[in-house]
Amino acid sequence: MKSELKVKAIEKGTVIDHIQASSLYKIMSIIEIEKLDTQIFIGNNLDSKKYGKKAIIKIADKFPSMEDVNKIALIDPNAVINIIRDYQVVEKKKVELPETVSTFIKCINPKCITNHEKVETKFSVHVKDGKVNLKCYYCEKTTGQDNIEVIR
Amino acid sequence: MKNKSLVSINDYSKEDYFKILDLAEEFQKNPKQKLLENHVIASLFFEPSTRTRLSFETAIQRLGGKVIGFSESGSTSVSKGESLKDTILTVSRYADLIVMRHPVEGSARYASVVSDKPIINAGDGSNQHPTQCLLDLYSIRKTQGSLENLNLFLVGDLKYGRTVHSLLIAMSEFNPVFNFVSPPSLRMPQEYKDFLDKKGIKYYEHNEINDNIKHADIIYVTRVQRERFSDPMDYEKVKNAYVIKNKMLEGTKDNLKILHPLPRVNEIDTDVDTNPKAYYFDQAENGVYARMALMCIILGVK
Repeated sequence: MKSELKVKAIEKGTVIDHIQASSLYKIMSIIEIEKLDTQIFIGNNLDSKKYGKKAIIKIADKFPSMEDVNKIALIDPNAVINIIRDYQVVEKKKVELPETVSTFIKCINPKCITNHEKVETKFSVHVKDGKVNLKCYYCEKTTGQDNIEVIR
Repeated sequence: MKNKSLVSINDYSKEDYFKILDLAEEFQKNPKQKLLENHVIASLFFEPSTRTRLSFETAIQRLGGKVIGFSESGSTSVSKGESLKDTILTVSRYADLIVMRHPVEGSARYASVVSDKPIINAGDGSNQHPTQCLLDLYSIRKTQGSLENLNLFLVGDLKYGRTVHSLLIAMSEFNPVFNFVSPPSLRMPQEYKDFLDKKGIKYYEHNEINDNIKHADIIYVTRVQRERFSDPMDYEKVKNAYVIKNKMLEGTKDNLKILHPLPRVNEIDTDVDTNPKAYYFDQAENGVYARMALMCIILGVK
């Protein structure tokens, strides 16, 4: 028996599922959701066996680039990205952490050169105790997963 | 290593450091070598640092090189709002090598990215000061004969002191034992202790200087700064607990040397100065040889 969908199904597009509720707004920001012009359905604080509360984003008619997938991995390494065609999941994109990230994340150190001059940020990606740590190429300080802030 | 910037202690390999230390030793024996006569070196101090600047400029002068630059940014185009990038791009057209000190962290790395001339980081905020580490290694090797298997006591502000952090990383290659002596609020940060755990290096933490220093080969003292304490009472309570006095050195090892990156305030009593175990002014002198060696290697004249 199929349970009732809390968020409307899409015919084709992308479903980002198993997002931790606390990561939803950061993910929306990182994929620049406000720039998309197709139908978007968002559910938050849905029941989840795994997390207690989860979030889901369904974007009609758009398919993510590898770069988008990597960005999502930084914010929520457990998120799952499903590609939908004809109401069916045709592909599950594996979220993979990149070795380095540049340009779109802010260094947490207020004394870092990237916060003083027009310098593109650059980090190496490390995982410690299941959490993402970004080490700044310039000031060598670490920005933790919970402090990741997206540059817009 | 020719033309290779030195921004962070991790930029060079162990072999690179040995090459520099060996050449520094050569310069100590024979400092009058005009190897940089045809070179112009920029010394850009965006914030004042008397000792480091004079040490670099002495090293350049002893090698016959020419220095251009400034000792604080107030009288330069920086005060007119010029970006670091533009300053570096301009100066890199004038000089063969740029030595820079800047209060903003990561500034030296950024300069090394935009400049086609090599950069030596003479301190970028609380981040890195690799030539200090270089002269510390030189001083330790010179006084102990080797860098291997030493018992090092690091005393004072271990939380914010970048020199002790760099020294810890550099010495971890040589099977040391560390003893950390600091007030509880200025302990060695966890990330460095994790680093030592991972490498299997032993360390002990102490709240005060005690009899353990009888086993020390090196005591490296740093200043406990008043401004690190939010409550001035806390500072008053600890400030005298970390002062090395001559009497404490009775019964210590013959090879023991006391090091300090300077400036000293009161953390080493002046009665220690005449003790042959006091090494901090020799250490400052060693900085000149270490910097001579580094610049010659980067400029490819040695």
